[in-house]
Amino acid sequence: MAKFRLPAASRVRPGTRHTEAGGGQRRRVHVYRWNPDQGGNPQLDCYEIDPQRCGPMVLDALFYIKDHLDSTLTFRRSCREGICGSCAMNVNGANTLSCTQALPAKGDIHVYPLPHMPVLKDLVPDMSGFYAQYAAVRPWLRADNQPQGREQLQSSGQRAELDGLYECILCACCSTSCPSYWWNGDRYLGPAVLLQAYRWIVDSRDQDTGGRLDELEDPFKLFRCHTIMNCTQSCPKGLNPARAIAEIKKLLLARTL
Amino acid sequence: MSAYRDLGSARQGVRHWWAQRLSGAALVPLSIWFVVSVIGLVRSEYAEVRAWIAHPVDGGLLLLFLPLLFYHAWLGLRVIIEDYADEGFEKVATLAVVQALVLLVGGLAVYAVLRVMFGSYL
Repeated sequence: MAKFRLPAASRVRPGTRHTEAGGGQRRRVHVYRWNPDQGGNPQLDCYEIDPQRCGPMVLDALFYIKDHLDSTLTFRRSCREGICGSCAMNVNGANTLSCTQALPAKGDIHVYPLPHMPVLKDLVPDMSGFYAQYAAVRPWLRADNQPQGREQLQSSGQRAELDGLYECILCACCSTSCPSYWWNGDRYLGPAVLLQAYRWIVDSRDQDTGGRLDELEDPFKLFRCHTIMNCTQSCPKGLNPARAIAEIKKLLLARTL
Repeated sequence: MSAYRDLGSARQGVRHWWAQRLSGAALVPLSIWFVVSVIGLVRSEYAEVRAWIAHPVDGGLLLLFLPLLFYHAWLGLRVIIEDYADEGFEKVATLAVVQALVLLVGGLAVYAVLRVMFGSYL
């Protein structure tokens, strides 16, 4: 059966408390910590910081902690403006990009790595399975005959089909918020990869729509989607992977009716 | 990478998905009719309930409702088991047992209605 409790070695224990010296306001930031070199169970460290001294976003708070309280805290980040997808994590129970997520106005802040992914260290999940699934849908233009010596044109309507799809930055917030992906992530492709697959299915320049649909028609790769819609709710770019999956299902149905 | 390509695509699933949607949609009005009818029969005698089942319209609707209900359950339980059971023997055995039970109970329910309706001929 699916396991509804974490394995004994993965249960999170209370960790150490770090308090910033000096006066001023105090906000508690609880951060998931696990170090493969030390082993043992993961723990939840508590950092008390002065929100007046750090920037407005969750990522700013993490930087502040790393710079002033605990240099061992490990997390991924790159662009700090919501375009690279590196800093995806679970903040106060919702997957989001920590760089575009403002610190909540009050209350404690809880920061965990993306749910149900193998953890490499602290807030850094192992994304290799997710990327392999992305590669498995062969996310590039498949066309036998392309125009030689000139660009391949699209009407504005054909181009508009890609809106809401091409913006995906593959941060995995959606896939790792999906219960179906938690239970069957080894076989279900997940919302992010299916949205990318649909991005090529509706591309007017692609000539392998049938082949792409063939590859997706599977009880596990596609039909594990039960329209839970956590994906759409969690997408930090405001995209709608649930709709893309529904459109794939409709196309599969259309070719049988 | 090869782990995620797995065994490739099964090239099926769309019929199962569509059948589940269609049977679900058909069950919406039938379930309302069934619940309202059963509430109306709560204080009835045994003979009155038998007469209700034997009535051509009510019995006919029951013969529509029951097979659809168990078909829908058969499809839905399969999805739930596929979601939660581990790969291998556990999954195959659970699927076989649960689906056989649904067929058995559904078959018995339909047979019971038929017997009440056409008892003298069966």
